[in-house]
Amino acid sequence: MSIWEYANPMKFMQTSGWLLPWVTGMTLVCLIGGLFWGFFLTPDDYKQGSTVKIIYLHVPAAIMGTSAWFMMLVTSLIWLVRRHHVSALAAKAAAPIGLTFTVIGLVTGAIWGQPMWGTWWAWDPRLTAFLILGLFYLGYIALWAAVEDPDTAADLTSVLCVVGSVFAFLSRYAVLFWNQGLHQGASLSLDAEENVADVYAWPLWTCIAGFLLLFVLLVLLRTRTEIRARRIAALLARERRLA
Amino acid sequence: MIPDLGKYAGAVLGAYGASILLLVGLVLASLWQARRMKRALDAVEARARARAGEATDV
Repeated sequence: MSIWEYANPMKFMQTSGWLLPWVTGMTLVCLIGGLFWGFFLTPDDYKQGSTVKIIYLHVPAAIMGTSAWFMMLVTSLIWLVRRHHVSALAAKAAAPIGLTFTVIGLVTGAIWGQPMWGTWWAWDPRLTAFLILGLFYLGYIALWAAVEDPDTAADLTSVLCVVGSVFAFLSRYAVLFWNQGLHQGASLSLDAEENVADVYAWPLWTCIAGFLLLFVLLVLLRTRTEIRARRIAALLARERRLA
Repeated sequence: MIPDLGKYAGAVLGAYGASILLLVGLVLASLWQARRMKRALDAVEARARARAGEATDV
């Protein structure tokens, strides 16, 4: 079986309809379980006090804010190369979810930064790239809404997505090579020396899984909505031709 | 059960409140759009089937 079978809207609707209840269940377990574990069952940090609990929202939201854009990049490239409509619709469906995660990352970062850094905001490379990524999300959504022909809209938004990937990349990796600013490096990495303590890391991994599953769940749900909207438009166009 | 958040209670609860509000809003908006679109498609498809039936009767 080929992955390109899912480019068929009928096949996508069938498979996603089967997957949705399972993904919903796993999302609820990971997200509620992870947040409960992190908020109620972990100790305060010796330096940051109780603000360390913000990590269970801020880090997963920031990871998913950039990951959503990378997913949109892949599906946009598939649209540009292979012209699969489901791919373009999946990118369109993911944008409001990525924007919400980005806003959560920015808001929780500001709330966390104020007591720890003494400022709500700094023009730090990672923060600035992340803010610009948020603006790219807004532009992407606005462009889909502004262009009437769906194929033209998919073409233009795909190009915008490729351009915006620079800022998704910068906001994810700027701390590794742009050695200035307030933001620290990765909270979790394969290098054990850099990781947060296990007591925080395990609930954090659970929350990251929860945010990832929520993203998958909402992309499936919203792509199904977009496919139905496209089908409605096709049927109404046929009605008008027959009238 | 409720942890003592100390002097940072406002910051922590504010972060959780804002995030949960945004996530719940996103989920509700997605569900509402999904249901609205499904109802609209059902109505359009029913109309198309009725029209096809009329054409067959003629």
